[in-house]
Amino acid sequence: MSTPPPPPDSVHSEEFLRSLMRRQLNLSVACAATFLVVLLGLPLLNYFAPAFMATRVAGFTLSWLVLGVLFFPFVWIISWRFIRRSIALEEAEVKSVKR
Amino acid sequence: MMTTLAFLNGVDPWIFTFSLITVVGTVWMGFRSAKTSKTASDFFVAGRSVSVGWNASAISGEYLSAASFMGVAGMVMSVGYDALWYPVCYACGYLFLLLFIAGPLRRFGAYTIPDFAEGRFDSPVFRKIAVCFVLFIGFFYTMPQMKGAGTVLAYIFKSVDLRGGVLEFLAPHNAAGQALVGFPYWAGVVLVGAVITLNVALGGMKGITLVQAVQYWIKAFAISVPIFVLMAVFGFYNGQLGANGANATGGPTVERKALVEKAPTDTAWIAPFGPLTTKAVTAAAAKLPAAERAAFLAEYQRPYSLVYTYSLIMALVCGTAGLPHILVRFYTNPDGVAAKRTTMWVMILIGVFYVFPPMFGALGRNFMPELYLGVGAKGTDKVVLELPTLLGPKYGVLGSILSGITCAGAFAAFMSTFSGLLVSMTGALAHDVYGRMLRPNATPAQRLTAFKVSAVIIGGLAIFLGSKVEALEINFMVGQAFAIAAASYFPLLFMSVWWRGMTMKGAAAGMLGGGLLALLAVALTSISDVAAAGAKKISDAGMLSSYWENHSLAQSLGEAWVHHPLLRILCEQPAIWAVPLAIILMVIVSKATSSSVPADIRMKMLVLHAPEKLGLKQEYIQEHQVGAGH
Repeated sequence: MSTPPPPPDSVHSEEFLRSLMRRQLNLSVACAATFLVVLLGLPLLNYFAPAFMATRVAGFTLSWLVLGVLFFPFVWIISWRFIRRSIALEEAEVKSVKR
Repeated sequence: MMTTLAFLNGVDPWIFTFSLITVVGTVWMGFRSAKTSKTASDFFVAGRSVSVGWNASAISGEYLSAASFMGVAGMVMSVGYDALWYPVCYACGYLFLLLFIAGPLRRFGAYTIPDFAEGRFDSPVFRKIAVCFVLFIGFFYTMPQMKGAGTVLAYIFKSVDLRGGVLEFLAPHNAAGQALVGFPYWAGVVLVGAVITLNVALGGMKGITLVQAVQYWIKAFAISVPIFVLMAVFGFYNGQLGANGANATGGPTVERKALVEKAPTDTAWIAPFGPLTTKAVTAAAAKLPAAERAAFLAEYQRPYSLVYTYSLIMALVCGTAGLPHILVRFYTNPDGVAAKRTTMWVMILIGVFYVFPPMFGALGRNFMPELYLGVGAKGTDKVVLELPTLLGPKYGVLGSILSGITCAGAFAAFMSTFSGLLVSMTGALAHDVYGRMLRPNATPAQRLTAFKVSAVIIGGLAIFLGSKVEALEINFMVGQAFAIAAASYFPLLFMSVWWRGMTMKGAAAGMLGGGLLALLAVALTSISDVAAAGAKKISDAGMLSSYWENHSLAQSLGEAWVHHPLLRILCEQPAIWAVPLAIILMVIVSKATSSSVPADIRMKMLVLHAPEKLGLKQEYIQEHQVGAGH
């Protein structure tokens, strides 16, 4: 493996690290928040609106349908969006340094 | 030939053949890929060159254990809706791993989690603590896999008669010393343990990657094909659920068998806050005078079960993101972006898998209610293996073939999870204990030998422990491993990746405080559970329960749970307090010892978070190569 050229000094600056971590963490936290609202909200719905969550949808109760089937694709969508945006973010960071 | 195989009389030939193919295929693949494993890097991290597709299949294969394959279906059948949190959170825990841990952890470029622990804090002491946790969580997680192997093999050969031949010593014996029909529990443990130990010793991480990846697809096939055939005959998922409950309108329903008395009622089964989350309060209410019972239940049952649900969710989500044998696989990715892509595919692969086990649970409730009469492996836990036999009377051999396929899937489940555990524990012993602590100057050849020797030692120990845990429940043991991982490794990784103020003392205090208190809490509940099982004579618990049955600690614990059901819930599911406790301890102790933050913390953080294209990773390794001897 060839040794890469030494990165310009701006990479080692405090500001670069701060903005790098802040941007990545913001993205992660935004995705995690979407996930947690649904994950932690579902027990609350079950608790405060049991009759509504017991509504039958083609044999399933609404609550079972959400947790047992629909939850998985929901998480896939979040992770797909996260990956796309996170890769775009990394590319933007590389560009900003190389410029 | 016929005479030597005569003892196989009464064993279903299809089940036998499919299971045999899985075991032999695993050994063959192990030998084949062992030829390509040569360097230490091959053995520890598969040369860091596993592609996204292979790695995602391998991680999924490793993650879907006996608990997932058999336990989830059994739990859904026995307690209903609340058990759905298990498959959902097992799959969704990976999202936390993806969002916060996967990329940075891979960029750091270590071999094992203890490597990361030492590198991040420049502290050899912390490596030792981390090694202990890897081994500890690993063994906790190994025992249920071994138990699964033992019970499934005993199930396949349940009608074997070994009496009167040279093999009589193998047959299980009753208390009076008489030989019985059947196959001993420990034989399965030894068989699976030996096969996997051989594979790992021969090929290391690179050798088992192929095996685990193939085993994912065996499992996915084995859980989905039989259930589709069964549903085509007996009615689909929605119809199965439609048959449960008084308001069963709005969809198709199926004709089902009458439930037995021990089964939960339709409403308790299909609605949230059922038997799993309410059992502590129900047990407490049963000890009250009849007049007070209804008021007590009305006041406490639902709020406490909400607490239980949240704590369970936390344990499973944070625990998944903190299991050492899963984390170590991320080091086999070529870079951080590949690590993230792998995680996304893992979520898709295991998410697809986890839709199916609850279907077995729902079908089992409607068509095999007699399983409610047994306990654990003799009851609902074997629904996945038994359900296909329902096809027998109508479709003859098809039922046997499908049953054989699910048995093969179960075998793949213990073998792949045990391989992963064995590699991560062997890595901890060979790389961290031998390579870093005992003989830091060992040659590459010595390191390879150390890996192989360690694999045999850990494999032997796992077989020994596995043969002793027949009495404990699979899901319960796995739950304990998750709770401990959630309160120790997850806070450690999360905080040390994102907070640069973290010190070694803070990390150690949080990890030990959270992890050990969670362990203590679950140990207390398991003591009283084992004692209760012994008192009711419901399980073949043997030594363990007869020891605790009349022990004063178990009795006073039993008393305490009755008077304080909330305490029981918080001890059984400790994540809701243990995870925040670990994080708070980390923050407080780190603040108090802020002078010992590593001097080059900015560089470490850059390596963790900056994209690889900037070339910082190579720079980091070169800096440290001189001193640490990578």
